[in-house]
Amino acid sequence: MYQPRSIQSSMALRDRILSIDYILVVSILVLGIISMFAMYSTDGGEFKYHTNSHILRFCVFFALFFLVSLIQIRFWHDQSYLIYISFFLLLLGVKYFGLTSSGSKRWLDLYFMNLQPSELMKVGLILFLAKYYHRVSIENMNTLRYLFAPIIALIAPILLVATQPDLGTSILIAAGGVVVAWLAGVRIKFFAYSSILFLALLPVAISFLKPYQKSRILTFLNPERDPLGAGYQIIQSKIAIGSGGLFGKGFLNGSQSYLDYLPEKHTDFIFTLFSEEFGFFGSLSILALYALIISRIIKIGNITRSTFGKLYCYSFATAFFIYVVVNMMMVLGLLPIVGSPLPIMSYGGSSMMAIMFGLGIVMSCKIYKDAPVN
Amino acid sequence: MLSPGSGNTVIKSKLISRRMFLLTAAKTVVLVGLVGRLISLQINQTTKYKSLSDKNRFREWKLAPERGIIKDFYDKEIASNKPLYQVHLIPENVQNLNQLFVRLKGILNITDKKISYLKRLINKQKPWEPVVVSDNLNWSEFSRINLFLHELNGVEPIVSVSRTYPDNSSAHILGYVSQISAKDLKTKKYLKDLSVPGMAIGKTGLEKKLDKDIIGQVGFQRYEVNAFGKRIKEIQISEGQIGKSFKTTLDYEIQKYVNELLEDKAAAVCVMDVYNGDIVSLVSAPTFKPNAFVHGLDKDYWNSLIKDGKKPLTNKAMSGLYPPGSTIKTLVALSALENRIIKPQDTFRCKGKIELHGEKFHCWEKKGHGIVNLRKGIQRSCDVYFYEVARKLGVDRLSETAKKFGLGKQVLSDFTEERSGVVPNTKWKKKFIGQNWYIGETLHSGIGQGYFQSTPLQLCLMTAQIANGGYEIKPRIIFENKKDYLKDYLDFKSKNPQETLPSELLVKNLNLKPLFKNQKNINLVKDAMFSSSNEPGGTSYRHRIENPKYTFAGKTGSSQVKRFTEAQREAEVKQTDLNYKDRDHALFVAFAPYNDPKYAISVVVEHGGSGGSAAAPLAKKMIKKVIERHDLRKEINNSKGGSV
Repeated sequence: MYQPRSIQSSMALRDRILSIDYILVVSILVLGIISMFAMYSTDGGEFKYHTNSHILRFCVFFALFFLVSLIQIRFWHDQSYLIYISFFLLLLGVKYFGLTSSGSKRWLDLYFMNLQPSELMKVGLILFLAKYYHRVSIENMNTLRYLFAPIIALIAPILLVATQPDLGTSILIAAGGVVVAWLAGVRIKFFAYSSILFLALLPVAISFLKPYQKSRILTFLNPERDPLGAGYQIIQSKIAIGSGGLFGKGFLNGSQSYLDYLPEKHTDFIFTLFSEEFGFFGSLSILALYALIISRIIKIGNITRSTFGKLYCYSFATAFFIYVVVNMMMVLGLLPIVGSPLPIMSYGGSSMMAIMFGLGIVMSCKIYKDAPVN
Repeated sequence: MLSPGSGNTVIKSKLISRRMFLLTAAKTVVLVGLVGRLISLQINQTTKYKSLSDKNRFREWKLAPERGIIKDFYDKEIASNKPLYQVHLIPENVQNLNQLFVRLKGILNITDKKISYLKRLINKQKPWEPVVVSDNLNWSEFSRINLFLHELNGVEPIVSVSRTYPDNSSAHILGYVSQISAKDLKTKKYLKDLSVPGMAIGKTGLEKKLDKDIIGQVGFQRYEVNAFGKRIKEIQISEGQIGKSFKTTLDYEIQKYVNELLEDKAAAVCVMDVYNGDIVSLVSAPTFKPNAFVHGLDKDYWNSLIKDGKKPLTNKAMSGLYPPGSTIKTLVALSALENRIIKPQDTFRCKGKIELHGEKFHCWEKKGHGIVNLRKGIQRSCDVYFYEVARKLGVDRLSETAKKFGLGKQVLSDFTEERSGVVPNTKWKKKFIGQNWYIGETLHSGIGQGYFQSTPLQLCLMTAQIANGGYEIKPRIIFENKKDYLKDYLDFKSKNPQETLPSELLVKNLNLKPLFKNQKNINLVKDAMFSSSNEPGGTSYRHRIENPKYTFAGKTGSSQVKRFTEAQREAEVKQTDLNYKDRDHALFVAFAPYNDPKYAISVVVEHGGSGGSAAAPLAKKMIKKVIERHDLRKEINNSKGGSV
């Protein structure tokens, strides 16, 4: 049993800064710096648009990360629903005012940046559900009445994102939400039921897929089906990674990316580029760095006393893990190309913003680990 | 109201931790899986992916090498190269292929057929592999293309070189070059890495025989290219290598002269140095235009060539097979002397024919030659005399001598078109025809008819080896920087018959192979040939040259194409009365000058009638020309020979 220490809710700035998890901060920083070098390489060894803007974004959102972490966790708990609702409204805004690019409507033009609210929703949903399950008692958790709200909260944004269309992001949002529910203690039978329902609806869902989405799935099953078309990305990515070998081709020497064989090298395939230039040991280091970040987040979850904090940290760690793994499996040819960025490494402001915001809340959990949320 | 009690929180925490533990375990498994995949791609399969990456990265363009030059004995280029203006097209650089072709059609003369062919070709090839749109433009077309080049993306004007021949005089022996065919690529190993669009290879003659060396080495331009095929930077370039040039033993002036003499005839001529085997001239008539083959043959011209009854595409000098006719009598006589079957003074009575087992064997002279000895037999070319000699000699001993002197086998190596002919004997007949030999066939063989088949080149070699006193020579057409050791040896012997050879000459003539048992016999035959050409009654007496500088000794021959019937014989039908196709082939072999033999010649005129009337007058003119040019040739031979 613990005694909530009220001093925690009004800690001095110096104490707050001192209780930051520096291992996590340094890991993020290192990853950020690595991502800058990778971006520099995608620009062909020059400081061009992508590199400059990536560095700027990393700095801005790293600051955001600190800002968020220094605000007490209770605030974030209190604002969770509001945050979710505002993200949801942004998603609705995309539907009506969104920018269309290469056939899908994902962005809102905010003049200083193009915001992709679906990325934010990844964190927003976790926050919402963490708060919800923090408040629902174990007895009520598995009654249909209390399942209703989370299901709506889960399905509504997913539908919006899936119809943008952006299958990858909607799946990742869903994954985050499901993880919170699972961790909170929702009975396994509900997951089983919904899986069955999902499988039953799958043929219907497939009939709603756009041709390019169907083609991506077929291509994943057999990349050689159309080596110059849809299978091209997977094949070229595997060639790049495989040709990297043990030690890689060296910084700025990745011929696959340098000669434009790598598609989307700034975003989804940034790991491919890194892996080509730094080889197996480089890839392993990146994996280790991510593992370290995730384990630090879990550790913070362990020491956080509030259910909200625990739920949030564990869920965010798991979601973070899923983002990393899905991206890597994609570029390694183990999953279809669904379009999911690699956290922190990939170019993309919204993704960076969402991840840094999420990490900030994790750090807030660390700083206020003993503070009650309500 | 949702109010979490503290007990509730603890239970919740435990539940969350338990489930988190499960998730962490699952994460570890997935992470291990990812590492496994990285190991598989970056360690186990890295070689495969490295080569795939290089394949992506580099692209090679081959540059056609320049063909080596073929020169005659006096360094005149008889197969050389000229600049060639071509238009190539690299499909991947073309935005709109159809539009481009419409545009090109306006600038160049390309047919719709050619365009549809090119389109098919483009579909088959890799997009960066060039196709040849026009392989031989004239200067004005080429400059027009260059003028419009800025609006013709993907079109590349290329200046390269192509084969050219000064005239048609050596078409057969040089052969011709033409585009590589799919079959060539399969059968010729050396072409494996050589195939370059627009490149020509040797198809016949020397061009084919020397192809491997004369073709040169392909150059490479290796570029790093990006995913869109754009060349980023040049990695390396190898210029390739010009093919080896060859000097031949041919005399272009004589080739031209012989061609003029043989105009309108179906004939073959071979002229050879009797000591070193240098082939001075090798001509087959009628000739063809080798330049016409270099850039896609015109169909009409091709049809006219293959329909021509005189077979202009056949190199008659080495692929034409003719019964040697009376020219073989030199060897029949020699063989009989060598085998001591007859003595030179032995005589037979020629009554115009003899009978053997009820079959009549006619002499060409219906009246008969009367009493005939060896010298007269050759001089008058008496068939009855040689029937008798052959009967005594037997075909097997004759064939042995004939083979020794070069009949029945290829003279030059590596010419696929050269035929080996036939020297018949009892074994040969058993093997190839499956029947026993008849004595009557021996008689036919004795006058060079029946199964005997020989090429003009073989007849020339036979004559040369008689002329040089009976020593084996190895004919050659590619010039070799060697002194005439045989000539030196013979000169030394004739000047100092008693002395032993200086060691230098001995060493250099170690391989010397006499073809005789007794050189007197060779001289008897040579003397008889002299009488045939230079004494009244000789079969080519009318065409003699009295100036000893040019005096030649020869032997006429006519080989039957169609058997003369008894009725025709009775009616004394003349050769000129027969259909062209039924007339005898006229043959003549000779060497000159008689006193100091230098060259041997063989002339075959298809359906020319008799050797004395059709072949000998041609040979006379050629001999004169060859001897006139001898001093020039000797000068070069001596200077080159001295430098070894």
